[in-house]
Amino acid sequence: MLKTFPTGGVHPPENKLTAGCKIEILPPPKSVVIPVSQHLGAPAVPVVNKGDKVLAGQLIAKAAGFISANIHSSVSGKVLKIDSHTDTSGYKQTAIFIDVEGDEWVPEIVNGSDPVKEIKLSPEEIVQKCLDSGIVGLGGATFPTHVKLKVPAGKKCDLLIINGVECEPFLTSDHRLMLEKGEEIITGTRIIMKALGVEKAVIGVENNKQDAISLLERLAGKNGDISVQALKVKYPQGGEKQLIKAVTGREVPSGKLPLDVGVIVQNAGTAYAVYEAVQKNKPLVERVVTVTGKTLSRPGNYLVRIGTPVSALIEAAGGLPDNAVKIISGGPMMGKAIGNTQVPVVKGMSGLVVFSGGETERKQYGPCIRCSKCISVCPMGLEPYLLMALSQKVLYEKAGENRITDCIECGSCSFICPAYRPLLDYIRLGKSAVVKMKREKSMK
Amino acid sequence: MSNYLKVSLSPHIHSKDDTGKLMKGVIIALIPALIASVYYFGWGAIIVTLTSVAACVVFEYAIQKYLLKGPVTITDGSAVVTGLLLAFNVPSNLPVLIIILGALVSIGIGKMSFGGLGNNPFNPALVGRVFLLISFPVQMTTWPVPSGFKTGYADAVTGATPLGIIKEGLRNGETIPQLMNQVPDHMQLFYGYMGGSMGEVAAAALILGLIYMLFRKIITWHIPVSIIVTIAIFTGILWLINPSQYADPLFHLLTGGVMLGAIFMATDYVTSPMVPKAMLIYGAGIGILTVVIRIFGAYPEGVSFAILIMNAFVPLMNAYIKPGRFGKEVKNG
Repeated sequence: MLKTFPTGGVHPPENKLTAGCKIEILPPPKSVVIPVSQHLGAPAVPVVNKGDKVLAGQLIAKAAGFISANIHSSVSGKVLKIDSHTDTSGYKQTAIFIDVEGDEWVPEIVNGSDPVKEIKLSPEEIVQKCLDSGIVGLGGATFPTHVKLKVPAGKKCDLLIINGVECEPFLTSDHRLMLEKGEEIITGTRIIMKALGVEKAVIGVENNKQDAISLLERLAGKNGDISVQALKVKYPQGGEKQLIKAVTGREVPSGKLPLDVGVIVQNAGTAYAVYEAVQKNKPLVERVVTVTGKTLSRPGNYLVRIGTPVSALIEAAGGLPDNAVKIISGGPMMGKAIGNTQVPVVKGMSGLVVFSGGETERKQYGPCIRCSKCISVCPMGLEPYLLMALSQKVLYEKAGENRITDCIECGSCSFICPAYRPLLDYIRLGKSAVVKMKREKSMK
Repeated sequence: MSNYLKVSLSPHIHSKDDTGKLMKGVIIALIPALIASVYYFGWGAIIVTLTSVAACVVFEYAIQKYLLKGPVTITDGSAVVTGLLLAFNVPSNLPVLIIILGALVSIGIGKMSFGGLGNNPFNPALVGRVFLLISFPVQMTTWPVPSGFKTGYADAVTGATPLGIIKEGLRNGETIPQLMNQVPDHMQLFYGYMGGSMGEVAAAALILGLIYMLFRKIITWHIPVSIIVTIAIFTGILWLINPSQYADPLFHLLTGGVMLGAIFMATDYVTSPMVPKAMLIYGAGIGILTVVIRIFGAYPEGVSFAILIMNAFVPLMNAYIKPGRFGKEVKNG
């Protein structure tokens, strides 16, 4: 039986143009720009200086505090400078610029593509390895993985869910990874299970990826420790709370974490990165990025070094079409539109979607006709029309009472609104104001 | 290559539906009933519909352009829907000037005076209809009997509606079994062979429209089903208690404005509640009020009043009835 989450959800056209495209390896570019903040939490602190020689896989910036992540060089070469650079969100942030010379890797990395199944490290060593290797959640939120793997005292985790949902239209990087690195993902899952001390893991995959479901089912074997759950296609099933609800029926209470219902969720790509770090000693220096769009001549899935400019990926996919108007880092529902193609690939970049004229136009918005479609699609059971009105009128107190902070910013309301109202834009505005208000109150 | 890339917040895609398409969907759903009206009432149905739609659109245009001096939004189709619904709610021999007056009240008072689309508390077409019913009680209750194109617009043969016959008969001491011989049988009622407002008679055609709107996801089932079920249960209980004084539930469902009201009038987006739970309460309220007015009130029919009364409760319901929140089982501590 196909499972899904019960509240809300939409069905945008899937447009998985690259589902059949094998992962291609993109050679290192001439130079890379590696931001020191590619994760949630404090930016890492650079440990190299201008002129230093670095190897691929060498630590170049160290995690600053517990919620932070190490950054490694993705190429071998010379540090050109440490300067500010525009990142995906359009802000300037510190980045390490490296000129590429050859392709030499640090010697500790185990070469060879044979899957290593035996897990030798202890749970503590696994967590330490994730910290050392700069592993972060690769689904997009980029939360440092070592933090998630340390279950705080007093909490109990009984289930690991591997998120292979990929509910965003267009994106196929997780799909391809599950197909081509299934063995590694299964082993990665067992490594995470060992670190967490859980007996059971479920891999959640939407039903539009039948091939991945049957492959993973076969690879998981008959141990019963890992099972694969096919899910009905519905956006935003990849949202952590929606996925937990769909798979287990457990509902993460408002303002709480998955761990409060005994669950930890990790992305399928993260499981692969954990495998690489623990079994192969390889830090997170490359990732699979789907480069897609209806007007691209060669859309595909590329294994690319972190820090590679987006322009190199677009070139590989056939170059930017003349009528391109928008490039999105991530999927079209939650991704960020980037301002120029010199933005570097970062750990959290799952895809690049190129839109041409008409595909992504924002129309002039009209009055709310109270059709209540926004309410019926909201996966959190909120009233987007009301939250927008309250935010417009600066009634943040009331917006807080109507649980604006529960919003997961999935964009289903703005997607469905027949009057093209910018619901989520205003909800974001109100949400940040309410969060600020709450923080100020708790400080008093 | 274009020199600039656009930057905006997510989501970057939008569903195909917009306000205009939804309104067009409602118009398409009204077509079967419109065809039935023309079949039963001939020229009258055509003249009333054209007059009402044209007047509504012209009034909306004039008010937006010359009075409010703002943007004109007649292309969104909402004025056309109001015009069609007003036409559906009046007899097919209503004089043109009265229709135009009704359109003025619908659009001017019912809709634009509150701020236009999305802001009116009461269904504009029903505001116009009830205004006419109270102002022109004779013209508004002179019902042509179905005779197609055999008679003209002004010289239509008129008669009482089934509900009127029942109300009058009961007052004169007749019983339901006797009266049932004077009204069309249930199958005729289902196809619409009876006197009544132009668009309300053909239950079968209206139900086709409902199926289309549900299929296109223009409306949900909650409001029409709750109205129909409530009326069926309420009149069913009365009928079981005393079948000589109370007509059977099917008769009540197929006569008057129940189908038109439940499918097209009560489901008006702007004036109906936002949350499924509230929609059910709203629908049940309309059902109960309709039966109370029909059976215990002075008028033979009460759907319009019932909907307008429940419209008044919608803001209250929107404020207090909230959707089921995800993650509501918050345990403190």
